[in-house]
Amino acid sequence: MSATVVRAARRRASRRAGVTIAALSCTLLALFAFSLVWGDRIYPISDVVAVLAGQDVPGASFSVGELRLPRAVLAVLAGASFGIAGVTFQTMLRNPLASPDIIGITHGANVMALFCILVLGLSGLAVSVSAVIAGVGTAFGIYLLAARGGVVGTRLILIGIGIAAMLHSATLYLLVSADQWDLQGAMRWLTGSLNLASWDDVAMLSLAALLLVPIVLVLGRDLGLLRLGDDAAAGLGVAVERSRRLLVVAAVALAAFATAATGPISFVSFMAGPIAVRLIGPRGALIVPAALTGAVLVLSADLVGQFLFEHRYPVGVVTGALGAPFLVYLLIRTQRTGGSL
Amino acid sequence: MIETAAPPTAGAAVTRRPRWWTAVALAAALGAVALSIAFGSRVVSLPEVWQAIVVGGDDITAAAVRSRVPRTLLALLVGASLAMAGVMLQGVTRNPLADPYILGINSGASLTVVIGIAFVGIHSMQGYIWFALTGAALAAAFVYTVGSLGRGGPTPLKLALAGAITTAALTSLTTAILLPRMEVMNVYRFWVVGGVGRAENHDTLTVMPFIAVGVALCALTASGLNLLGLGDDAAAGLGVPVVRTRLLAATGGVLLCGAATALAGPIGFVGLVVPHLVRLVVGSDHRWLLPVSALTGAALLTLADTVGRVVARPQEIEVGIITALLGAPVFIWVVLTRTGVRA
Repeated sequence: MSATVVRAARRRASRRAGVTIAALSCTLLALFAFSLVWGDRIYPISDVVAVLAGQDVPGASFSVGELRLPRAVLAVLAGASFGIAGVTFQTMLRNPLASPDIIGITHGANVMALFCILVLGLSGLAVSVSAVIAGVGTAFGIYLLAARGGVVGTRLILIGIGIAAMLHSATLYLLVSADQWDLQGAMRWLTGSLNLASWDDVAMLSLAALLLVPIVLVLGRDLGLLRLGDDAAAGLGVAVERSRRLLVVAAVALAAFATAATGPISFVSFMAGPIAVRLIGPRGALIVPAALTGAVLVLSADLVGQFLFEHRYPVGVVTGALGAPFLVYLLIRTQRTGGSL
Repeated sequence: MIETAAPPTAGAAVTRRPRWWTAVALAAALGAVALSIAFGSRVVSLPEVWQAIVVGGDDITAAAVRSRVPRTLLALLVGASLAMAGVMLQGVTRNPLADPYILGINSGASLTVVIGIAFVGIHSMQGYIWFALTGAALAAAFVYTVGSLGRGGPTPLKLALAGAITTAALTSLTTAILLPRMEVMNVYRFWVVGGVGRAENHDTLTVMPFIAVGVALCALTASGLNLLGLGDDAAAGLGVPVVRTRLLAATGGVLLCGAATALAGPIGFVGLVVPHLVRLVVGSDHRWLLPVSALTGAALLTLADTVGRVVARPQEIEVGIITALLGAPVFIWVVLTRTGVRA
């Protein structure tokens, strides 16, 4: 009897997960198509399809093929990367507020990327790789500082906030001291923007995603078990320390690659996980839904920023403005369910 | 896992040789003033400094030295205000991590100042101050409310996170207002890093009354805050009007950091670092903690400004950047030792 009930519940949960993932994918596809068609000039679907198929369409080949397409692809990749990185950290530290953009990791990547571009005059792969190294280094530093007498999530988060403040001031210094600094570029490193999206960025980030996402997906099962606590996870056969290290490195690298490509798009890694949990319910794997949610968030926020207002705003301004109401919602909900952050 | 904050003023309010430390802080502040006037991005010899200040003179060197005076005065004032604001906020929230920057108060003031510049056409200190104070008060109330929701009340973790997130969100809004307005952006870009380089005595005088009221409120509530450190119930039992004391003290703190932000832009961590250092040597009695912190804060900000002028000659590093680079490690140290967050 009870076995039947459990089985029915499991089936319901997995059906809900399936429906959610399908719905998110459809939304993402629709947004993607819309962002290719819509713009200062609206091209018919047939033109867009022709460009995608590689034909030469006057006008559309450039504005769709060289501007809108890399922008949309980069939005999806960056959103998914931020989403995966966020949900990994949130699950591992068992705190919905502990995403890499709040505890300083993306700040580290950001400062390094900026330093490479402004001071060393680098570009492309060198910038991305340095950003990733800095991101991993920042994460490692925070971990070491927090590790005195066993890592405690709370302490790690607070130290991360301190580090983030310090790195942010370094970002500001680099921006203020750079001369001939154009505003478009500056905004990219303060709030994150897709305005300078190019195929190079797309190539870099998709390579990173191809390498890193499988790692996170394979370890995703362990991640679910780590939520139960280290001892329980170890009891269920998880090599706790190894899984955790691999996951941290993969998540940090994803966030850092995405930051190097787009700048720190605020709050995407913070919001994607909790939204995915709301959608999918308490059971089920979170990584794919969080990736899709992140991609939908970035793509739709970019559309809103570009077309809803009289002036064009970078995507990070839109997602950043969503952050405060979202936090209030999260806190009020936690209050109602009697949980604690 | 998560303990509530060990109140910074827990137990009896202890003092250790307060007069001696007041003298030390005063000497430090005076020394900082001397350094601030003697050193700057222009290299000036000591006799020339003497010549400019005491004898007077009308060459470029004398003018350069004299231009350091208003900026030094401003640094003293802003440093003292921020340090006292930090003492008040830490006392009121009984939270060792309270600081105008960490709690998002600076970003609230920034947003409203930008709103004032962009939409109301404010461009003088008489206007900035009201906008800055409104923003500071609103942000403080918001972050405290959000951080108090949920189980356990306003823990250091929740307040710091609520502050960090509010800062990020308000910064986004600020950016949204600035982006289409290049002329506002150009002013703001330099204001936001926090600097005292554009000091004018006229502006400083405009804000003085607000700072004076803030200081008066601090003085009024100092002994009440000592008792609040024992816990609300104990303080009420000892005859402290808990709600009123807390409200007045918070108003004093917000006035001070709002005024400082209006004058110099958002400067972080002075309000965090100074009270902790002073508490280490003077003890936890607010009646001594406040004045010694004010002197130390004034000394620290003046020194930080001087360092910023000297290390990157002929450029200047804004004082807000220096304080963040110096202050964040202290923040981490406080987290590691004082918040009661231990394994």
